Amino acid sequence: MTRKQKMLMSNLITYGMVTIAFIVCQLALSGSIDGFKMSRSLKGQLVPICAWIVMAVSLNLVVGVSGELSLGHAGFMSVGTFSGAVVSGWLLNAFQMENEPVRLLIAMIVAGVCAGVAGVLIGIPVLRLRGDYLAIVTLAFGEIIRNVLNCVYINVDGKKLIFGFNTPTLPGKALLAGPQGAVGVDKISTFVMGFVLIMFTLVVVLNLINSRSGRAIMAIRDSRIAAESVGLNVTKYKMMAFVTSAVLAGMAGALYGLNYSTVAASKFKFDTSILVLVFVVLGGIGNIRGSIIAATLLTILPEMLRAFSNYRMLVYAVVLIVVMLTTNSPFLAGKLATVKGILKGRKNTGKEGDAV
Amino acid sequence: MTQKRQSNTKMVPVPSYSIVPERDVDKRPVLETRHLGIEFGGLKAVEDFNLTIGATEIAGLIGPNGAGKTTVFNLLTKVYQPTNGVVILDGKDTAGMNAAQASKLGIARTFQNIRLFGNMTVEDNVRIGLHNQIRYGMVSGILRGPSYWKQEKAQHEKALELLSIFDMQDMADMQAGSLPYGAQRRLEIVRALATNPKLLLLDEPAAGMNPHETEELMENITKIRDQFQIAIMLIEHDMNLVMGICEGICVLNYGRIIAKGTASEIQSNPTVIEAYLGKRKEG
Ligand SMILES: Nc1ncnc2c1ncn2[C@@H]1O[C@H](COP(=O)(O)OP(=O)(O)OP(=O)(O)O)[C@@H](O)[C@H]1O
Ligand SMILES: [Mg+2]
Repeated sequence: MTRKQKMLMSNLITYGMVTIAFIVCQLALSGSIDGFKMSRSLKGQLVPICAWIVMAVSLNLVVGVSGELSLGHAGFMSVGTFSGAVVSGWLLNAFQMENEPVRLLIAMIVAGVCAGVAGVLIGIPVLRLRGDYLAIVTLAFGEIIRNVLNCVYINVDGKKLIFGFNTPTLPGKALLAGPQGAVGVDKISTFVMGFVLIMFTLVVVLNLINSRSGRAIMAIRDSRIAAESVGLNVTKYKMMAFVTSAVLAGMAGALYGLNYSTVAASKFKFDTSILVLVFVVLGGIGNIRGSIIAATLLTILPEMLRAFSNYRMLVYAVVLIVVMLTTNSPFLAGKLATVKGILKGRKNTGKEGDAV
Repeated sequence: MTQKRQSNTKMVPVPSYSIVPERDVDKRPVLETRHLGIEFGGLKAVEDFNLTIGATEIAGLIGPNGAGKTTVFNLLTKVYQPTNGVVILDGKDTAGMNAAQASKLGIARTFQNIRLFGNMTVEDNVRIGLHNQIRYGMVSGILRGPSYWKQEKAQHEKALELLSIFDMQDMADMQAGSLPYGAQRRLEIVRALATNPKLLLLDEPAAGMNPHETEELMENITKIRDQFQIAIMLIEHDMNLVMGICEGICVLNYGRIIAKGTASEIQSNPTVIEAYLGKRKEG
């Protein structure tokens, strides 16, 4: 098999895996098979899992494909959450738009655009920096976004949206209330839409990687100087990866926010950016399928660990450390490869790591 | 060869310090520098560098270690901005340009310490070189319309064709970073050629190659010049290679040109011999 065919195969496996997982979840939700049912807590996790998967995949576009360490990804998510909630609330209150899927779709698109604009504005200064400086400044911008959103008040009065900064007493119905965040949100996110968003994200990211622009992004990651020497516009392609990633994070944010009746800005602190980065690192930098699996498992894990009550976070941390050690220690990695080899030999499947 | 050019009054007057070969005399020189210089915090790494390269010339740039040869390449390709003087590429002043813009004017290079896109395949490295010759944007790349497939196919074929110069088609699927050293150097040349340059700069192309590989490389450099009708300038410590294929040679020492001329002129130049005494590296 040539590398190209391997890549195609790998992408098909990724799409297939997501689709199968979706169908299995739908079956469990419908309860049509005896004894195969989903617990209530897991049901509540379905939409957030979709959102975190999109967050992880989109961050992987920046960290793995473009090779820049971004620590402010939650900032773009929050822009998406709040713009999505405002748009949805406005459409409902001012225009009585009852059709939930359409409203959700519009909210996600607007959220993507808003986060994309934020991505451009932040990208212009940030992408001039390199390495550690870039990481630190993205971190700072993530915090700036959160702190600014903490002060923004948006109300809907009749058909009008009223904006305020640090002005808690605006006329009309509150959509965004400063530190309280998005309030009175109509919960319209669905698992089906989550699945659609994941598939959309995969098409964008995987197709981008295998295109002229994606190759340029990866070339700049491997050697900036060589990329410039063959005439690549470094800023343009860094920007492309960064903004695409921000747009997807914004859409994920809208999906996430419209799943709860209130979401505060404090939800999108620095820890959230780090959490998403952990998904990416655990799943393998540049490995899209890995990001999906890591985001899913690490979102479910804390719920599964409820039995350990107080020791929950301790167990969580231990699991993280063990996984990191296994994937990074040459000795354990060697063992793992042997096991994989045996399994592969027996099953004779064509599975390979993502060739990204 | 050096002195014949004085009476020329063609489109760009070729100055007396030129080493442009006879056949390029009526063509516009591909490169011209005047009083080019750069300082690094007081250290004059290159000073008053004047050179003209003919449209299909093979030129050599030699000099002891630390003489400033790589710095000259970095100036020509706009990796560094000069503190003095001008670089005229194919008749256009490059003042204020960056490396990517200079590349679009038709200059391409390889690097002394190889800089491949190590995690990508050999073919993709060449495809990056072809980047500016295909024209579909991000959206058609994602939507994959007919234009995407057509251009990808054309690019694939072109990449293999270029790789075949060095008989490397069979390596197309390998990871560039995992190639043997000599192959990596050759791949850098292919990638540079893919940008469709008018002037190709090679920074120590034979470094780390065995005598057999070097021999082949010499033939290939001449072959490339003949086939693509481009100018090539190379830095090399292997004197057999330089004296064997370069039509004009320029010797640099402490950032200054100390001699210019043909291989035989350079070999018998007392200043050059002095600069190299005790430092000569036999290939
Ligand atoms: N970016 C820089 N900053 C400071 N000094 C530099 C820089 N680049 C080059 N130099 C200095 O300029 C001088 C010339 O270096 P250069 O690399 O051009 O030499 P070279 O002729 O290519 O040598 P070699 O044969 O070893 O490759 C050296 O003294 C080097 O230290
Ligand atoms: Mg050098």
